[in-house]
Amino acid sequence: MFKQQYKIVENEPVAADTYRLRLCGGSPDGEFVNLEIPGFYLRRPISICDVQEGKLTLYYKTVGAGTKALSTLPAGSHVSVLTGLGRGFDADACKGEALLVAGGLGAAPLYLTAKKLKAQGKKVSAILGFNKADEIVLEKEFRSLCDDVAIATMDGSAGIKGLVTDALMAMNPHFEYFYTCGPMVMMRAVCQALPGPGQASLEERMGCGAGFCYCCSIKTKSGIKRVCKDGPVFDKEDIIW
Amino acid sequence: MVSNLSVNLCGISLKNPVIPASGTFGFGLELAGTFDLNVLGGISLKGTTQEPRYGNPTPRVAECTAGMINSVGLQNPGIKALVNDKVPCLRDVYDGCIIANISGFSLEEYRNCCALSDKCEGIDIIEVNVSCPNVHGGGLAFGTSAKAAADVTRAVREVCRKPVFIKLSPNVTDIVEIARACEDAGADGLTLVNTFLGMRIDTVRRKPVLANTMGGFSGKAIFPIALRMVYQVAHACKIPVIGCGGVSTAGDVIEMMMAGATAVQVGAENLRNPLACPEIAAALPSTMQQLGIQNLTDIIGIV
Repeated sequence: MFKQQYKIVENEPVAADTYRLRLCGGSPDGEFVNLEIPGFYLRRPISICDVQEGKLTLYYKTVGAGTKALSTLPAGSHVSVLTGLGRGFDADACKGEALLVAGGLGAAPLYLTAKKLKAQGKKVSAILGFNKADEIVLEKEFRSLCDDVAIATMDGSAGIKGLVTDALMAMNPHFEYFYTCGPMVMMRAVCQALPGPGQASLEERMGCGAGFCYCCSIKTKSGIKRVCKDGPVFDKEDIIW
Repeated sequence: MVSNLSVNLCGISLKNPVIPASGTFGFGLELAGTFDLNVLGGISLKGTTQEPRYGNPTPRVAECTAGMINSVGLQNPGIKALVNDKVPCLRDVYDGCIIANISGFSLEEYRNCCALSDKCEGIDIIEVNVSCPNVHGGGLAFGTSAKAAADVTRAVREVCRKPVFIKLSPNVTDIVEIARACEDAGADGLTLVNTFLGMRIDTVRRKPVLANTMGGFSGKAIFPIALRMVYQVAHACKIPVIGCGGVSTAGDVIEMMMAGATAVQVGAENLRNPLACPEIAAALPSTMQQLGIQNLTDIIGIV
């Protein structure tokens, strides 16, 4: 874990209540960063979507006072960031073709996973689910990277109407291993619908984000785990829904 | 002018007064890869009970203005894992003062856990958390009555040769009365304060934020209340006090010591800044110089 000052190079709305935050200052590893928002006590954990040429790309939704305040920070200002946090998706676990299933901003960490899988020469299909067309993010990026991409929206305003599991049935993708990130109910449905092995990135309210406060502990089939440190990504077989 | 940061707790010398508070620093090893733990005067380990505990359901943490509420619920691997595994591993990389923090739901549990901690070579001080509910006393926390707090103190004092510090709850009418009862019952020192009982509501869901409804409030916001309690207790008791509550800067450490604390614990600040303790320890000499302090021990209880 490292604590560093990063410079904001972009903090712009890209979809409904959704911002893309680009930070400059290093080339961090880890699954997520823990970002300090001036005036708020605890840091906010945000998944890493992309790391390129010393620039870190994150997506966040303005859901509460903290993320709303974050959205007002201008380019050029600095934020304190903890990096090197979390255990992410393991691209090596997939030996053949991969399926990515994202709900909302779950697309962000899966984009980095898609890049890793493609760099390993694997075939990658992706299903991206959103509530409405105006919430869609990263579609272009996934299309330019993946072999097959399907969009699903709850209200049918874009792509297949319905849940990602509906899109799954319509698309019937060929894959040996899956990766999913999104709301817990969606990931549970995906893990139950897909027979094969896979990984899911779990969500839990965190304190420190670095494994020493034990606020985000969950019970798994292999014992008590900290979502921030032992996860957030867990094997499907380990998760107790 | 060379600053002297060392302090002495019941004959145990600490290189500086900075101690991460129990529950905000795991078992120490979690942060051994982030910075050299040896810059810390002491480490108070996560609260430990007789049996392993998962703790409370999640969410266990809620954001507040200038603080946070936690309801971790004493997740820990049990006393045997503490003395056989956690402490020896920490001792391998850390030469400072290791404080075991013991919780119990009965006098018997406190006694058993403290006896095992007393035998464990790596442990220097035993800190007893009396904020837990007494299952034989109708669920009321031991620390909310002078008699129950004294009963715990006496029970553990009998089985320990090492210094015993009682960690007091601030959720009481008169903390001085409880502090005096612990001192009279044989406590070697006192740590205060633990967290303040608090609550948040998610107004969209119309439900408490914490799965456990209530939890312990800590962070910068409680500093003035904690300081006041340290001041009151330190002036009423002869035994050393470890000040705790809302400390986030070297200036806060000095303030706590002027109020009467011999050493100072840093709690919630670690969660927002995992480097808080080494940063505070590093800032102490220049803060002391600005204030014309050469020996930290000179300012203990000076106000």
